[in-house]
Amino acid sequence: MASTDTPAPAKGRAMPDDLAGLEAGLDALDTVQSQRAPLRQVLVGKVLPPVVAVALVLLVWQLLVAAEVTESYKLPPPSAVWDGVREMWLQGTLLDVVWTSVSRGLLGFLLALAIGTPLGLLVARVRFVRAAIGPILSGLQSLPSVAWVPPAVIWLGLNDAMMFTVILLGAVPSIANGLVSGVDQVPPLFLRAGRTMGATGLRGTWHIVMPAALPGYLSGLKQGWAFSWRSLMAAEIIASSPDLGLGLGQLLENGRNNFDMPGVFLAILLILVVGIAIDLLVFSPLERWVLRSRGLLVKG
Amino acid sequence: MAITTTRAAEPGAAITPAARIEHVSKSFAGPSGRQQVLDDITLDVGRGEFVTLLGASGCGKSTLLNLVAGLDRPTSGSIATPGGRPALMFQEHALLPWLTAGRNIELALKLRGVAKSERRAEAERLLDLVRLGGAHRKRVHELSGGMRQRVAMARALAQDSELLLMDEPFAALDAITRDVLHDELTRIWSETGLSVLFVTHNVREAVRLAERVVLLSSRPGRVAREWTVGIDQPRRIEDAAVAELSVEITEELRGEIRRHGQH
Repeated sequence: MASTDTPAPAKGRAMPDDLAGLEAGLDALDTVQSQRAPLRQVLVGKVLPPVVAVALVLLVWQLLVAAEVTESYKLPPPSAVWDGVREMWLQGTLLDVVWTSVSRGLLGFLLALAIGTPLGLLVARVRFVRAAIGPILSGLQSLPSVAWVPPAVIWLGLNDAMMFTVILLGAVPSIANGLVSGVDQVPPLFLRAGRTMGATGLRGTWHIVMPAALPGYLSGLKQGWAFSWRSLMAAEIIASSPDLGLGLGQLLENGRNNFDMPGVFLAILLILVVGIAIDLLVFSPLERWVLRSRGLLVKG
Repeated sequence: MAITTTRAAEPGAAITPAARIEHVSKSFAGPSGRQQVLDDITLDVGRGEFVTLLGASGCGKSTLLNLVAGLDRPTSGSIATPGGRPALMFQEHALLPWLTAGRNIELALKLRGVAKSERRAEAERLLDLVRLGGAHRKRVHELSGGMRQRVAMARALAQDSELLLMDEPFAALDAITRDVLHDELTRIWSETGLSVLFVTHNVREAVRLAERVVLLSSRPGRVAREWTVGIDQPRRIEDAAVAELSVEITEELRGEIRRHGQH
């Protein structure tokens, strides 16, 4: 047992302090510095280009109107559409209309989330379920959700339940499929590391599989939102009824019925803006945060 | 020269070993029928002993480690780890990138059943042990390769297993960092009294670290020969005694490899 004592270090051998110093030096030399881009760079690199693009589109639009390429009732000037927005704003109906659709869309999306997530997990983790409904789930993604509107109207009538049904049928497959591909891309090393630590079964799913699959899941959610929004607009355009309140889809349909082209453009613009805004305000920051915290967002 | 191997040096000398591998064989279904990877391996890792498994590629050393870790089952034979599930370190750090360095360790503690109130302090202690105190909040991608492997070591220690399995954990590091981590591993091993089964294809690394070097032959893997390393710790990889034994083992390893080219 005598030699369990620390042996006297021979000449030239690293003393403990020496080792600590060496290690600190290596750590300092090798550490990766990550920093965020300054605000100015973000403004010039990220904000300016899309602003220029939108300005160009408006310019071309105005030029086409000025050149009178077609009758003015078919192509109203941008200013007419803008007047429409202002008028709705002054009447106080603009936000109501937007909110009617957005609240429906978000609620439907949350429902799709609650159903699509466990469904995706089941398909990803249970072989039988995967073989049984995996292909159907992927196939459903290519079915335009507007196809569900006629049966939904027949089953449920013209009401909110019909709208939510159409949203669910459009968004649930996207969300579930996103999660499945996220789970499929989890590096096997993480699963092995988890297993050696005792993270198996549900604990493995919760601590290893779900967080590892988060990037794929998030892109599924993003797509799921896009599908929710599209499905809802299709449902609102086809199935308009006074009981349903005035949403963006009905606004568009009303524009068509009244032969009001500025109104049609206005509705399309609002639908587009809402879709982009939700993506920019909710999903993009979420995605960037996830990628940055994992060191996957490399600054170019 | 003082004998350093005060712990169980001889196989079977300890009363209960940290790992007992008895007549273990393993074969996989391959493209040309069943392929035998391991053939009748019998090996003990004594309590507190440091054993390196050495072999050329195809000797099944990683397969054997996976079997001991319980990630796979042997085709025949038995493996016992009386101290419970062993901890395993990989060549890749295998840290979870969505958690900070400290949280990675805390997850291992949580899965072991350590109470929430104690996890933070215990993680700090383990980070201090690998000399990364203050790195608790660092993200994995902010750490250098050597630092990641040290966090991985701390996480393995967090499992509080009696046996630590290491699968070429330093193979991807540069020479200076690897050297430093050898020193760290030796220090931590002697401070904690862990038993270590360390797989490598690097003869000098095997001799630098181990009390006992086990050479496996290839296809199928069998125990070809064993050496007890009687060189004082702390050793250096460039020590003359390390070099001398390395030469002997390398000759033997080359002989094993040559046999495969003879038919």
